[in-house]
Amino acid sequence: MKKLNSLKHVVVSFAVLILLWQLLFSVSHFNEALFPSPLKAFRALIEMIGDGSLFRHIGTSMYRFAAGYISAIVIAVLLGLLLGWFSKAFQYINPIVQLLRPISPTAWMPFIVLWFGIGDIPAIVIIFIAGFFPVLLSTVAAVGNIDPIYFKVSKNFGIRQPELMWKIIFPAAFPQIANGIHLALGTSWIFLVAGEMVGAQSGLGYLIIDARNNLRTDILLATIVVIGLIGLLLDGLLKILEKQIMKAWGGGTA
Amino acid sequence: MSLIEAEKAEKIFHQNGKEFTAFTDISLKIEKGEFICLLGPSGCGKSTLLNAMAGFDPVTSGSIKIDGKEVKEPSVKYVTIFQNYGLLPWRTVQKNVELGLEQNQKLSKQERQEIAEKYIELVGLSNFRKHHPKQLSGGMQQRVSIARALAVDPEIVFMDEPFGALDAITRMKLQDDILKISRTEKKTIIFVTHDIEEAVYLADRIVILTPNPGKLKCVYEVPLKGYRERTSGDFLQVRDKIFELFNMKPENKIEYVI
Ligand SMILES: Nc1ncnc2c1ncn2[C@@H]1O[C@H](COP(=O)(O)OP(=O)(O)OP(=O)(O)O)[C@@H](O)[C@H]1O
Ligand SMILES: [Mg+2]
Repeated sequence: MKKLNSLKHVVVSFAVLILLWQLLFSVSHFNEALFPSPLKAFRALIEMIGDGSLFRHIGTSMYRFAAGYISAIVIAVLLGLLLGWFSKAFQYINPIVQLLRPISPTAWMPFIVLWFGIGDIPAIVIIFIAGFFPVLLSTVAAVGNIDPIYFKVSKNFGIRQPELMWKIIFPAAFPQIANGIHLALGTSWIFLVAGEMVGAQSGLGYLIIDARNNLRTDILLATIVVIGLIGLLLDGLLKILEKQIMKAWGGGTA
Repeated sequence: MSLIEAEKAEKIFHQNGKEFTAFTDISLKIEKGEFICLLGPSGCGKSTLLNAMAGFDPVTSGSIKIDGKEVKEPSVKYVTIFQNYGLLPWRTVQKNVELGLEQNQKLSKQERQEIAEKYIELVGLSNFRKHHPKQLSGGMQQRVSIARALAVDPEIVFMDEPFGALDAITRMKLQDDILKISRTEKKTIIFVTHDIEEAVYLADRIVILTPNPGKLKCVYEVPLKGYRERTSGDFLQVRDKIFELFNMKPENKIEYVI
């Protein structure tokens, strides 16, 4: 019932959005080439699905996304666990992190393209950078927030490193790490498009640039909608995964 | 030689350049198999003393010895049970109880499971082995933590207000259980409480502490043996005696002038 209800919300809200779009299109005097109608964008979408180009680009983007996002998570979590445990060392590393963190990943783009050329790597690196910091920082914080009682219990039973890390620290910190991983999904997905707009000849970001170059605003808008939908889908999938994992973690936040 | 021997034990905390004496001049002998309650008002250093005996935070002067050896760090031979249980929420009841056994390389996985099952049964939670701590009530969680402590077959079980967070009825039930366990399993139990009745109900001897700084007032041998009736005249008499002991402490002899 609850699911059905939230589905109702989604359908209504999207319907209203499309209606507004159509309305805006009807009352405005823009050239249709500059501001495509929903129908035109929809036709472009069908066209892209029909010739297979859309799914090819989506496939490429998803591959890059997975490579950048997953490697960012793995490295950031491992590093974060270590830095969280060796909190003294982190005090020296934190200033560097804080310096790098506010820099938009795209600012590195010129270097990345100079070093790696164009292709898969620049997009992967951008996604990596975008995902890395939120996960790193939430992992370090998560380790710092572990209830000291877990360490007392471990000490009592003689649990030492490295066992302490995977038996106690990682699982105890996991719920908060998961928050960071979730947060990173959004930022990584946002920067995928940016990465592909500059450093690639394929993928959804490239599709945007290509559509602009060909003045195909209908394809442009259709692609934008697709990017949004996939982002939404990924978020939903992660939420489901999170729920499953939290269940294994004993339900709810620890 | 007694099992636990405290000799002029003192604990001083250093905090922002200031010294704070949590307890001082505590000398005490505890024998094997005894049920000892540490009783005193909040802030008198009960937890600090327990932590020192259990090795989490050793004394700053004097000494506490177990089996003749100075206590420097926790050991699986002396397990502590905390007020907030200290269970790992991501592990099932079964896996929580196995935690301490996993360090013992001599045990096979099978043996580990069997030992855990035995102690889960002892605390009456066999039907909840696959549950996670969050799915259990506070009393049940504390039972799990008792099972986990007993599973490693410790010589001593330290308990810091273990039933403090439970409602009165659950508390009484668990008091009965821990008494039964202390007798069948023949463990030495050091039990912190600020509940006089609880101390009288459980203890062979009550270590009475007074605050500012924490000091040993006296060690009171409970004259009741075996099972105690909470409403019996003897019980109430002993309880009143303890009340009296607390009221007679010099700090309370302040004269009020209206
Ligand atoms: N790590 C610490 N650093 C500084 N002071 C501490 C520390 N631990 C405890 N104390 C102080 O030592 C005193 C005794 O604390 P303790 O926790 O042992 O009391 P308690 O008898 O267990 O009280 P309660 O019944 O409230 O648990 C308190 O005044 C407390 O503030
Ligand atoms: Mg205390």
